Amino acid sequence: MKGCYINGISNISAQPTTVSTTFLEEIVGHKEVIIRAFDPDYKTFIKPAAMRRMSKSVKMGVVASKMALEAADIVMPDAIITGTGMGCRQDSERFLENVLHNDEQFLTPTLFIQSTHNTVGGQIALGLGCKGYNVTYVQGAVSFETSVIDAQLLLTESPEQHILVGAIDEIAKNSTKLDILNGQLKQGECDWLTILSSGTSGTICSEGATFMVLGAEQSNKSLAQIKAVTTINDATLDESKTAIETFIAAQGIVPDDIDAVIFGNNGDQDFDDYFHNLQTSIFKNTEQLCYKHLIGEYHTASAFAFWIGCEVFKHNTIPEVLKVNEVKAKQYNKILLYNQYRSRNHSIVLLERC
Amino acid sequence: MNKGIAITGMGIISSIGNTVEENLNALQSETPGISRLEILKSRLHDSIMVGEIKKTNATLIEELGLPKINNFSRTAMVSAIAAKEALQDAGISDINQHTTGFISGTSVGGMDTTEKYYLEYQETAENHRYIEALHAGFTTECVTKYLGIKGYVSTISTACSSAANAIMLGARLIIAGKLDRVVVGGTDALSKFTINGFNTLMILSDEVCRPFDDNRKGLNLGEAAAYLVLESDALVAKEDKKVLGRVVGWANANDAYHQTASSSEGEGAYRAMNKALKVADLSPSQIEYINAHGTATSNNDLSEGTAMKRIFGTENMPVFSSTKAFTGHTLAAAGAVEAVYSVLGLQEQTVFPNLNFKTKMSEFDMKPQTEIVSKEMQTVLSNSFGFGGNCSTLIFSR
Repeated sequence: MKGCYINGISNISAQPTTVSTTFLEEIVGHKEVIIRAFDPDYKTFIKPAAMRRMSKSVKMGVVASKMALEAADIVMPDAIITGTGMGCRQDSERFLENVLHNDEQFLTPTLFIQSTHNTVGGQIALGLGCKGYNVTYVQGAVSFETSVIDAQLLLTESPEQHILVGAIDEIAKNSTKLDILNGQLKQGECDWLTILSSGTSGTICSEGATFMVLGAEQSNKSLAQIKAVTTINDATLDESKTAIETFIAAQGIVPDDIDAVIFGNNGDQDFDDYFHNLQTSIFKNTEQLCYKHLIGEYHTASAFAFWIGCEVFKHNTIPEVLKVNEVKAKQYNKILLYNQYRSRNHSIVLLERC
Repeated sequence: MNKGIAITGMGIISSIGNTVEENLNALQSETPGISRLEILKSRLHDSIMVGEIKKTNATLIEELGLPKINNFSRTAMVSAIAAKEALQDAGISDINQHTTGFISGTSVGGMDTTEKYYLEYQETAENHRYIEALHAGFTTECVTKYLGIKGYVSTISTACSSAANAIMLGARLIIAGKLDRVVVGGTDALSKFTINGFNTLMILSDEVCRPFDDNRKGLNLGEAAAYLVLESDALVAKEDKKVLGRVVGWANANDAYHQTASSSEGEGAYRAMNKALKVADLSPSQIEYINAHGTATSNNDLSEGTAMKRIFGTENMPVFSSTKAFTGHTLAAAGAVEAVYSVLGLQEQTVFPNLNFKTKMSEFDMKPQTEIVSKEMQTVLSNSFGFGGNCSTLIFSR
């Protein structure tokens, strides 16, 4: 059957997801508001000479894309689509600071060249020699989901293709801290593992990369089918609930057919109501999972939920650390993902077991 | 030929005019908008020429009717002006009456505000509302809020091909039945960040740019925003809409050669043009005019020219010109600016000239159209290429 299948997925995050073979059994608890990703051994994937010029985003993107392609057993994808909120934030920040501190003098091109949002997508294409379709989306918390929507379109247009879809966001030394100033991030230290009931404003932040290889045909590599993805730019509590009900109905199912829901709660008391509103109503009797207390918030954090979905299908179980209610599903065939950031950039996704 | 998607509205603001009509008048009267920097304060004001919109941010705020305390960057403001004109042109008053999407391309988003306040953020809370402007997608969100668009919204950032990719995505989403109508295009305001970035690459000209000239010295940066309204045929029929032109072909390919430079054989450009012709179901001989990317850098014009030669052959080369000498290179907006000019060319049956050209490039026997000329045309092709090897081609029909 033609569809949109995840045939390989990889993830670099604030948890050791690249080195662990278990499904989130080893968990690192964090205390600082801004936490770097758990780095895999980049040099086993990238030659040292090439790595010297690479920013963190490029390193994470190149390695995560290689891991996903390897898992899917694909050497050359037909298209590369990347999503990123802030792009190559470190090099942009350094170039900007050089411009401002030195009154537009003594500048060199390297940082500027690597500052564009499509740097990671371009570098992956360059590394692979991939001359196919290549686009980068930068739409806040739906940067990854809009990339997936484009991939779905491509697979409808050209079902024989294999599409590499990825998400990358990195922390930068100074500009990430600005998000504390405007209240996006919490002040001072906090315990990540209990952050979902923090009762305070703002969230916690990290970085990471998630890559998938998508194809229209189911194969023995297929981990999950992406049945549907939708994004909404702006919605009230009621509008988001209605949108989810409409989305589910459009799939010809009812909420009770969903075995588990993965929510994007990030411990910000001002905006987690979008999730609580659903957790206590239509999904009251559905198994509920959260993950941002493990990997933090960033524009493409929601890509991690795709990885969780694939892992659940694979292991047929859900680690305690992800569970946020007492309900236990009988089986895991349909998993819904819902995310939003500060009342904007809502995404709804339905994953199905292959 | 593929039937394509209907264009029902256009809006633009650039250094040659604040509306579609003003832009058309400037093109027809061969009046370029290249000058020294007057609005943006930069050390480089005497050493480069730019296509700057001669309106201060205060004027733009007033024209948009924004509150004094707002979080719009200049990039967002020019975007809102052009998108608003496009919606008016399409006769749309109730934006959410039909599922309407918004897809905007931008390279640095609100960098113009970020660079103004970045060093003050720690000291004073006064401008903290601009912190989020560092995120390129935030620009788009300011505009969607202003226009009242609530549904599918996305921002594409593939450097100088961003708007072309936005137009392409819009057309594909309508064909797939995901949207009834969509506003597509791009926006970029001049910023010190961008100007200095291009300056370090040593590809800025200190004179007016000369696309496809053997003695070209580099590009002039410009600022602009431009949008098209695309609508499904069902909606066009139902509402008896006037159709300005159609997007009939599109393609995106990667040069996979270098992060910023184009390959000498123009592989990405060749692939983009070739595939766009296939999507449009046209042969090269059916293209009657090319609005080239033609930035006037040594590298681009040679690479693009080579790719054009590979597709069309020197003998059968269609009439071509770059309009960058009018507007400067408007980066992420360029694909939409030139889409508007392509449609205007089709409507007026006119080829807008490649200004400042004197000497043919030594590498091939190709001369752009240097005077304004009337020409019967059904189909035109427009190229947009960017950093990261991103190459996109769009084909428009009457």
